[in-house]
Amino acid sequence: MNAPATPKYAAYICSGCGIGDVLDIAALEKVAKNEGKMALVKTHDFLCSAAGVEMIKQDIANEGVTHLCIAACSRRAKTEAFYFPSVAVSRANLREGVIWVVAEGAEHDEVRQEMAEDYVRMSCAEIKKMTAPAGNIKEASSKKILVVGGGMSGMTAALAAADAGYEVVLVEKTGALGGFANQLYKRVPFNSPYAEPQEVGAGETAAKVHSHPKIKVYLNATVAETAGAPGRFAVKIATESGSISEERCGAIVQATGFTTYPLEKLPELGGGQPNVVDQAGLEALAKAANGGPIKRADGKEVKSVVFVQCAGQRGSGGNGSGQHLEYCSGHCCATSIKQAMYFKDQNPDIDTVIMYSDLRVPGMGEDFYRSAQKKGVIFTKAKVTGVKGGDRCEVQFKDLILDEETATDADLVVLATGQVPNAGVNLDEWTATVTAAESGDEAAKEKKAALQKLSVLNLQYRQGPDMPQFKYGFADSHFICFPYETRRTGIYAAGPVRRPMDMFQATEDATGAAMKAIQAVENVEKGRAVHPRAWDLSYPKARLEGCTQCKRCTVECPFGAIDEDEKRFPVFNEERCRRCGTCMGACPVRVISFENYSCDTVGMQIKAVNIPDEFEEKPRILILACENDAYPALDMAGVQRMTYSAYVRAIPVRCLGSVNTIWITDALNSGYDGVMMMGCKKGEDYQCHFVKGSEMAYYRMSKIDDTLKQLGLEPERVQTQEVAITDNARVVKLINDYVAQLNEMGPSPMKGFG
Amino acid sequence: MTTANEKAIAKYKNDFLREVEANVEDGHWVKMCMQCGVCAGSCPLGPHWEHSPQKIFMMIRAGKREEVLKSDSMWMCTSCYNCIVRCPRKLPITHIMHGLANYAHRLGLAPQGQPTREIAKLFWDNLIKTGRVNELKFSLAMYFKDGFSQGIKNAMAMQSIGLGLMKAKRLNPLELFGGHACKDKSGIQKMIAKAREIEDRRRGLA
Repeated sequence: MNAPATPKYAAYICSGCGIGDVLDIAALEKVAKNEGKMALVKTHDFLCSAAGVEMIKQDIANEGVTHLCIAACSRRAKTEAFYFPSVAVSRANLREGVIWVVAEGAEHDEVRQEMAEDYVRMSCAEIKKMTAPAGNIKEASSKKILVVGGGMSGMTAALAAADAGYEVVLVEKTGALGGFANQLYKRVPFNSPYAEPQEVGAGETAAKVHSHPKIKVYLNATVAETAGAPGRFAVKIATESGSISEERCGAIVQATGFTTYPLEKLPELGGGQPNVVDQAGLEALAKAANGGPIKRADGKEVKSVVFVQCAGQRGSGGNGSGQHLEYCSGHCCATSIKQAMYFKDQNPDIDTVIMYSDLRVPGMGEDFYRSAQKKGVIFTKAKVTGVKGGDRCEVQFKDLILDEETATDADLVVLATGQVPNAGVNLDEWTATVTAAESGDEAAKEKKAALQKLSVLNLQYRQGPDMPQFKYGFADSHFICFPYETRRTGIYAAGPVRRPMDMFQATEDATGAAMKAIQAVENVEKGRAVHPRAWDLSYPKARLEGCTQCKRCTVECPFGAIDEDEKRFPVFNEERCRRCGTCMGACPVRVISFENYSCDTVGMQIKAVNIPDEFEEKPRILILACENDAYPALDMAGVQRMTYSAYVRAIPVRCLGSVNTIWITDALNSGYDGVMMMGCKKGEDYQCHFVKGSEMAYYRMSKIDDTLKQLGLEPERVQTQEVAITDNARVVKLINDYVAQLNEMGPSPMKGFG
Repeated sequence: MTTANEKAIAKYKNDFLREVEANVEDGHWVKMCMQCGVCAGSCPLGPHWEHSPQKIFMMIRAGKREEVLKSDSMWMCTSCYNCIVRCPRKLPITHIMHGLANYAHRLGLAPQGQPTREIAKLFWDNLIKTGRVNELKFSLAMYFKDGFSQGIKNAMAMQSIGLGLMKAKRLNPLELFGGHACKDKSGIQKMIAKAREIEDRRRGLA
């Protein structure tokens, strides 16, 4: 895979798909040869055909070509045909990027040809700064999978991974496998006809785990330390006896589940008063009754029961003071239906009332709901205003259908409280505490020690001991696109620690997380990025002699991939890296680069564009487009034959987070009239593949307005836009509006000084 | 019957729901309502009802026995069947409304003077006598149900229609005196008496 000592550059121009009909191919060849300095320039009328590909292969084998510039379709098309892993490849997008998006007709011939020639120049400039990535294979990597938590999610993940042939280490804090499922009398049905509560089956699953030859179980154990990176996690497991075992693991599934919201925090709903229990409390009573009459703590048989849904959940939309959990825990409606059936199945004369504000029974839960109605469970849409415990419990509520304040009494009241994730340390709190402790604050030092004790994984990462948390303290996940992925590569959250869910969803979740863990260990072994750039062999390299120890890369890496050594130089953990390039964008001295993507590969493209002088009235606009969403949207605009201005030059970037401000400076200094960045949606409902990349770009760009003003440039000359992959019509409008806006502003005053 | 009427019904307990299930036609469907409100929104007479079917079902579950059975809401149903067509839970709402009205009537709780109920009673009594509906007598009974002078006013208002019907031989004034009966009058009456006996026995009202 290593490139030969003497590089040889070759350009291949495709004249197929109509490229040769509207472009002057001979002129493009001339550009590649004379300006691009390509040693070999060839044209083919069907380059992606077997014959065309064979021609390139022959040149690689016989002519010693090491660097290819392919001027044909978008880099997103024909990736299999143009797959030459032994050499560096750059692509000039003449089809989707030029002939399909520039308006038809002879009057556009000139600008169209200019655009195509620029893309050839850019591609030739880029390739000179690229080398074929060799991959990151350092040492024998471990394919063992560590599962933290032995509940239903953890056991399912362990079995899924072990059945797929991977060694598994399962660490469980308590003395038995099963977790919360052990507390249940029965579970909500998970197969047809979804009408009756089903056996839990946690014992059978635990037995399977214990007897599986590929699973090693640690009971009464916690993770004392996790160091390293995917493929080489060094995990210290502390058992109750005080002994420490060490395991080398490739990936981690965190299935640490949830705890129930404390009943005593709900005094307004009778929490803590006699005969007011939560759902877990009722499971205990039902388990003790074991099919017989369910009795209260005082031994009295329950003849009437009221279930209060959303107790301390869903903010002011639920029941309780509204000062509790903001979210819906998702499982409680079906759980209360199941628990009402415990009573009705034993004795149909028992009064069972479920007070709900919105009954949420997703999936086949609707059949379960109907089954409960058939059994005579009364469902009342109500807002419960107060519960008094006692021998006769009193429930005060507003009937939302009959629109009246009323009350009823019952032997027992069950509060459907929510799930609170066991996600470990909140990293924002951690970072603030560590910063305070470093400045000598004694209280902060104590708090840091206390926080450390809460940690689940005890990661030896610069960015903190656990994975970042998403909303409401749930463990991180890429909610929209990649549910199991967290911002800690090779560590996957599964089950209710990730989002509130029921047991069936948790087991499905666990299977998915196990799959991701397998993907991680396999890709790491091959020296590739884990995901989402699962094919990517490149990885960041830093010229540390130029580093100023500013720590921006270590702080801004969305994935905590970069640690610091004693001298505060960055230490790259390539296996943790997702190859987004956010570190590269952050670096003020530009010492971080990838073999095929660097400040130079993009910078040289920017400089390669021919900038007409101000009298020609041909503005040049640079587009830096995120290759995950915005660039495909631009391609799709081409596929649909929408037209946008031929004055733009688009360069795909791995993520907007990788945009280094030097590119903007270079572009404006070279006389571009404007720069438009297109990245994914940021913020709480982000769609960035690298979570924080686009947010980082916006933050950085918000700081350059002053610099622009100092240069005598209008701030509007640099724009940042949020673009989704489906925005193909919108990108066209954005571009055309921007070109019109820039025309009004007039040419950049920097023209001619570049 | 009075003991049943006076019986204290606990709120939000099974009692009244059970009673409805046992005594009302299609009453066992009441518990299946999921309170979506589609029936209430679909009813063309909705604005004129005190309680929509959705509310009636909730009131039954809430144990509001008196309020439900004394209500005139279910008497307002015109049997358009819009609610049945639209109910996502497939409840036979029209039938349940008629069942509830019938049950309230039998218990003597139905509102006095409610026009639908009055018409139904007149129609039934008229039919039972001869085994056929005597339209002239039925119309006159309707006109005079609110007193003599109101009856004369009603009859005068309908005068031209009555004369028109007579001219077209659609109305025979002699029907006022006896009128013609069906072939086996006593047979029909026996049959209906037997049917009622069976139904009362089934509902435990005998």
